Amino acid sequence: MDDLLSEFLTETAESLATLDVELVKLEQNPEPKILSNIFRLVHTIKGTCGFLGLPRLEAVAHAGENVLGKFRDGELHVTPAAVTMILTCLDRIKTILSHIEATEAEPEGDDKDLIAQLNAAAEGKLHLDDPAPAEEPAAAAPPPEPEPVVAEAEPAPVSQPEPEPVAAAPAQHQQEHEPEHEHEHVPASVPVTQAIVPAAPSIANEVPKESAVAAQTIRVNVELLENLMTLVSELVLTRNQLLQMVRGNDDSEFATPLQRLSHITTDLQEGVMKTRMQPIGNAWAKLPRIVRDLSVEMNKKIDLQMIGAETELDRQVLELIKDPLTHMVRNSADHGLESTNERRLIGKPEVGKIVLNAYHEGGHIIIEISDDGRGLNIARIRQKVMANGLATESEVEQMTDQQVSQYIFRAGFSTAEKVTSVSGRGVGMDVVRTNIEKIGGTIELKTQQGRGTSFIIKIPLTLAIVSALIVECAGERFAIPQISVLELVRTTANSEHGIEVINNAPVLRLRDRLLPLVSLRTLLRLGGDAEERTETFIVVTQVGAYTFGIIVDRVFDTEEIVVKPVAPILRHISMFSGNTILGDGSVIMILDPNGIAGSTGEIVGGSQAATETAAARDLHAEDRQSLLVFRAGGNDLKGVPLALVARLEEIEVEQIEHSHGKPVVQYRGKLMPLVTIDGSFDVRTEGRQPVLVFADRERSMGLVVDEIVDIVEERLKVELSVDQPGLIGTAVVSGKATDIIDAGFYLTQAWGDWFGSPEQEFQGENEGKRILLVDDSPFFRNLLTPLLSVAGYEVVSVDSADKALSLREAGDTFDAIISDIEMPGMNGFDFAQAVRSEGRWAKVPLVALSSHATEKDFERGREVGFTDYVAKFDRDALLQTLAQSLSAKGAA
Amino acid sequence: MNQIVPATTKQGSHEILSTEDHEEFVTMFIEGQMFGIPVLMVQDVLGSQKITRIPLAPPEVAGSLNLRGRIVTAIDVRLRLRLPSRKEDGEDAMSVVVDMKGELYSLRVDSVGEVLSLPAAKFERNPPTLDPLWREFSTGIYRLENKLLVILDVPRLLDFTKSEAL
Repeated sequence: MDDLLSEFLTETAESLATLDVELVKLEQNPEPKILSNIFRLVHTIKGTCGFLGLPRLEAVAHAGENVLGKFRDGELHVTPAAVTMILTCLDRIKTILSHIEATEAEPEGDDKDLIAQLNAAAEGKLHLDDPAPAEEPAAAAPPPEPEPVVAEAEPAPVSQPEPEPVAAAPAQHQQEHEPEHEHEHVPASVPVTQAIVPAAPSIANEVPKESAVAAQTIRVNVELLENLMTLVSELVLTRNQLLQMVRGNDDSEFATPLQRLSHITTDLQEGVMKTRMQPIGNAWAKLPRIVRDLSVEMNKKIDLQMIGAETELDRQVLELIKDPLTHMVRNSADHGLESTNERRLIGKPEVGKIVLNAYHEGGHIIIEISDDGRGLNIARIRQKVMANGLATESEVEQMTDQQVSQYIFRAGFSTAEKVTSVSGRGVGMDVVRTNIEKIGGTIELKTQQGRGTSFIIKIPLTLAIVSALIVECAGERFAIPQISVLELVRTTANSEHGIEVINNAPVLRLRDRLLPLVSLRTLLRLGGDAEERTETFIVVTQVGAYTFGIIVDRVFDTEEIVVKPVAPILRHISMFSGNTILGDGSVIMILDPNGIAGSTGEIVGGSQAATETAAARDLHAEDRQSLLVFRAGGNDLKGVPLALVARLEEIEVEQIEHSHGKPVVQYRGKLMPLVTIDGSFDVRTEGRQPVLVFADRERSMGLVVDEIVDIVEERLKVELSVDQPGLIGTAVVSGKATDIIDAGFYLTQAWGDWFGSPEQEFQGENEGKRILLVDDSPFFRNLLTPLLSVAGYEVVSVDSADKALSLREAGDTFDAIISDIEMPGMNGFDFAQAVRSEGRWAKVPLVALSSHATEKDFERGREVGFTDYVAKFDRDALLQTLAQSLSAKGAA
Repeated sequence: MNQIVPATTKQGSHEILSTEDHEEFVTMFIEGQMFGIPVLMVQDVLGSQKITRIPLAPPEVAGSLNLRGRIVTAIDVRLRLRLPSRKEDGEDAMSVVVDMKGELYSLRVDSVGEVLSLPAAKFERNPPTLDPLWREFSTGIYRLENKLLVILDVPRLLDFTKSEAL
């Protein structure tokens, strides 16, 4: 039998058993919680049969679900008669199921009678409030059928002949098991049940038999497996001890049996481990089929891509995310993707894409489900939020799209225009979220109108097995998850590539790069011998985009470890992601590369950043910059990116002349204006005046400073932004607050004031050319905008690709686009693709801007449609490239 | 529908245990002072163990150890009670393993004594003159014939959220 079908049968048999119990509970106590559980179970059955191509079953379940929906919405009351109705519906489902199990096909015939009743009930036409027969015990499972209802339906041709009575008969009884029992207790209902379960007329006489399908798998309490695991670990330890005793004692009579014991123990250990771990692909196995069927049913072309199917997941976790995943893929296919026609009209590739991607990252398993469909309809959700009274109009107004989109995780929230058989009832995303949160996970949602939606599920690794590198430092052993280890480097005291130190910060020259190092000994305050070791090892570790080395004393091998969470009292120590027991029985702490990176001041980006593969990783390398730190106009430290400074000069004060009351100096045969940081012109009266020279083409400008303090390499993160002209903000540089000056401001000050309006003066050929600048960093926007303006361009700057695209949507036109590569959300490459793929910008020159410009980046950039690629600080190159691109375009 | 009510709880408070107003305590010693914890909280009594140090942990956390496949966090009760640490590295120290909300902790003490069954009549609340820290960690005192038995409040002893704030 088809795996999918047999799984469905097993699952549904379980669901039905639960439903019987739950319905009885509901009858006694109509709590919304029970009801929603019932509703969900029926919904799932219905949904699944839709995909398996079981129309008859689906129709019955759908009708049942309708009635339940009315219960849920409070339009119908839960009465014994109504519950009976539902139970009847379930019984019918069981009957059909048992036939399917025997023949792999639905029995012929239809269920119009039952569906008619159910629909009538749903519309409130039947008097379900009719008192049930007086003798009915409240707790009995299916109370006797209300006679009138059945009687009405009786004339319909209910009992159709069984198509394959012989083949079908033996297997029918798996599902009949329950009713059978009930019959014993409530014999009065037997004839009624028979009447309404026509497909199985002979149930009462048959001996109930275990379902063949249900018997193939058993459900075992995870706790039992957990105990087994513990026992096996102990066995391993004891085995190791024994081996230790026999070692060096080769002629021992125990040697051979011990050898065997050892093998068996290893196998046992592996076996028990395996019972818990499963590749996530198992949960995905039925998705291709579901998507295929959906694509046929809805006439959409869908391409389902599954990446990382081998990622191992704890069984328990897997079980819990299976349904949510299915649901989300279904949603993507149904609501997310547009129809083929629609896609063709808006210029998207006809085939819609759904991508599932699973991977381990920093102690978590990340599962992403993304589609390139229409994205969430934020406007509709806003309306719906208001309509449902979840928030007032003004509240909704103030919410960002991101906040609004979160409402889809609310119970009963659906924006589908009509309730289809696939989805749209508002069960779903709330359940998805609940299930994920149950296992300590989180779900994030990113959506973009017209571009698609992606969900990012993050599940902690606490239960997962990882392979880890065991290292030693100061006599203590630690495990580092192998997944974050890039390579190992051994350094010796006299090797040519030793560890070098810049102001106490150890670094290593590794090929063409300087690798920042973290000493585990210092980081964990392990103390111990600080004296020179003859050799040390460096574990080159990668977290997201950040690569650094961890200095350790020794490196052992890798081991498969089961990550166990640390005790609650230790959870605040971010350096550890868990602990584990090694094969030799010792407890060992597992280092968390994320935490270590964080402690070194490196800010680790969000999980989404790592979705791109290795190519993107290279690009995401750290954004360190050299900063020139100086003092000017006060004691505060000021800084400017060194790359912007052409030269540092000291000018004899006597050489300073004045023109129009402003200081100038003859510099390299030209007049160079001098600008002071605060606009006052009190330069030194004697000696030499330090000046930072900013040069642009033929023009130079000198910024008068008091003192040049230092040149430091630092990750520039502007923490405080200020509104003061000339300042971008304040950043922490070498541990001190430093004002980062806006060089662009001083450039325009010098040129603008001095040479008149730049647009008129020079770069006439650029006049009026509109440039779109896309960069998430306010620093660069502030830096480049004046620069480009000075060069005569009209600049519009936005902080994200999304905003840029909305400009396109709004009909804006530009002569050229300059885009950053590393941006949160849509990155530069995707942006380029989006620009090139369609719309009025498809031909506009596109210049990539990145702090890392390697051959590989150029390559990739050109592939996705960038016209050219410029390193971030190379202003001349940027201007040149722009001019070239624009003239090339003009010529074309 | 039928709730199964456990007859006893494993890590329950000691009230459950009181049979005819008697409670049983595992006694232990630090610096000659006798301490007790309810016997039902105790899972194991261990001799000296190989302990893995945990860097950056609070000083009272001696490390972690493997107890039949489960990881147990070792707490140095001496340091927790702000008593001087032992000079000779606690080689012969003993530990009492307790279960707290499913997590195992081993309380490291100098030595572990016998189990005493004590009548409630001999129980007294902490004298107000007791060090506030000790008052925090003790539920009360039993008057024994020649000694006083300080009953440790294990949940509080293991609640590090407060001490972190200090």
